[in-house]
Amino acid sequence: MDAILATGIQALTGIASLLLVSLGLAIVFGMMRVINLAHGEFLMLGAYSAILAVEAGVNLWVAMLVVAPVCVGLLGAVVERLVIRRLYGRMVDTMLATWGLSLALIGAVTMAFGNSVAGFSAPLGSVQIGAYSTSGYGLFLIGATVVLLLAVWMVLRFTPVGLIARGTMQNAGMAAALGVPTERVYALSFAAGAAVSGLAGALMAPFSGVVPTMGTAYIAKCFITVITGGAAMLAGTATAAGLLGSVNTIGTFAFTPVLGEVLMLGVAIVLLRLLPQGITGRFFRRAL
Amino acid sequence: MERRRAAFQSGLAVFAAAVAAWWLPQVLELFSIINATVYTAMAVLALSLALVWGFGGILCFGQAAFFGLGGYAYAVGALNVGDTTWAIPIALLVPTLAAAALGYVMFYGRISDVYMGVITLTVTLILFNFINSTAGEEWRIGAAPLGGFNGIPATPPLNVPGDPGTPLTPEQIFVVALACLAGCYVLCKLILRSHFGRVVVAIRENELRASLLGYDVRLYKLGIFTIGGAMAGLAGMLFANCVFVSPTMFSLAYSGQIIIWVMIGGVGTLFGPVVGAMLLQALTAWAGTLPDINPNLILGLVLVVAVLAIPRGLQPTLAGLLRRREAP
Repeated sequence: MDAILATGIQALTGIASLLLVSLGLAIVFGMMRVINLAHGEFLMLGAYSAILAVEAGVNLWVAMLVVAPVCVGLLGAVVERLVIRRLYGRMVDTMLATWGLSLALIGAVTMAFGNSVAGFSAPLGSVQIGAYSTSGYGLFLIGATVVLLLAVWMVLRFTPVGLIARGTMQNAGMAAALGVPTERVYALSFAAGAAVSGLAGALMAPFSGVVPTMGTAYIAKCFITVITGGAAMLAGTATAAGLLGSVNTIGTFAFTPVLGEVLMLGVAIVLLRLLPQGITGRFFRRAL
Repeated sequence: MERRRAAFQSGLAVFAAAVAAWWLPQVLELFSIINATVYTAMAVLALSLALVWGFGGILCFGQAAFFGLGGYAYAVGALNVGDTTWAIPIALLVPTLAAAALGYVMFYGRISDVYMGVITLTVTLILFNFINSTAGEEWRIGAAPLGGFNGIPATPPLNVPGDPGTPLTPEQIFVVALACLAGCYVLCKLILRSHFGRVVVAIRENELRASLLGYDVRLYKLGIFTIGGAMAGLAGMLFANCVFVSPTMFSLAYSGQIIIWVMIGGVGTLFGPVVGAMLLQALTAWAGTLPDINPNLILGLVLVVAVLAIPRGLQPTLAGLLRRREAP
């Protein structure tokens, strides 16, 4: 019983972290149909801003939960203004420009902080479950992911801003005709997506070492999760993360971490062959 | 007119390659010759994506996968067979089959553009992760250890056909590489002039119309994608001859660079991407020598600025400028 519980928590942590790192990308892709290849670097910058804040004497929780999203959100706003705005509707060009941005950010951070691993250890110690112990931070991560997901859902579902956002997402032309400033909605969505990515990066920092290239380790996983999820950004990303995260955890337990990842990507490709529009292209169509 | 121009350009390319093959080995040192071979291999790689993306309209984020497969197939084949001449068909066959299999899944699954980019990217990453994890004695194919992160440092160079004892000198390998580049260029021109090539371009222009006219869009896309994969494999084989094969051949950085070359050179042209590959390689090499500046920063900024400022790429932009000057 304890063993099952401990393994279950392990799997849930895997799913939660996958969902966490993908959510920012899902917001940007779902709202704007922009594929942001610099997403991994937004995660990386979130982690770095948290570390810098901690080193400057800021409380760890404030650094992770406030400083990181604010910093990366501001950066996202600048990037939207300078680059993304000029390329709306040109999907491939946006992909290429954000790829360039990703390379440039990796280069800039390497120059500023060197190619060494930084990081802080996970707070909260460990929790005993019968004969097993699991990290308290893992449990916190699961909780934080659920709260974040609920928060985004509630903003979209129940607030006036969310109504405008959903309207723009469904039919931008009609929204504009009704007087919605769609440009500003897009700018805000991109900044919000970047902020969520920054938060995710900071929260993941204790798990993975923080290096300038840490984004590249996540980018493929995030993409495949969002794309497998399909059109409905929250329901899709959550179901895809649940499915792929479990596959990854099972593969990691049964074989090696590398094979776990290979297995996960393989399952995603097979899934896309069967459901070319993603999971929510067929199931949960009306979900958000 | 069109036909004569294509023939003229092909002739010019062969001539330029011949001049380079005769002249450069006389003036360059050994190190520069090897570098020039790497540049040539990269130009072949750029050409492969120029064909698939520029004319087939298929944005493949995983051209590096076929590049790496070609290199690894060559190295493994050469170490097992001994006579490296026989490793060449292996190096072409493996990426061709891989491209055909991947293309079958994507095109016959009718997966849309964006998803295709993500799938090709993912396959490349799977290969990268997999090859990286093959350290240790149990990972070997015949006589060739895969070597995990370190790759196969003992990749043998090409030898005189039929005589495994006499490897080609770096100068000779350079000539082989140039011949491959010129050959691929002419091949691309020939393909684009053929019925097959015209249908491929028609599909790029309007997929629905092409299929309504009775062409099997999936088959034509699969065809051009497979040819591109084979060409990338050839580039990998050439690269393995002057450096050695390692998992970085599958890396995201390589996949990205290839797209940057074609983008800078001009999507929908053949000569532009070749020049783009050489220019960007030179830029990367130069940026690597700068103190305190990370080459990634420069490469990334160049890409962002290029997308914003010259979205059509160098060749069409320059050609447009020239034309405007001619016609008052």
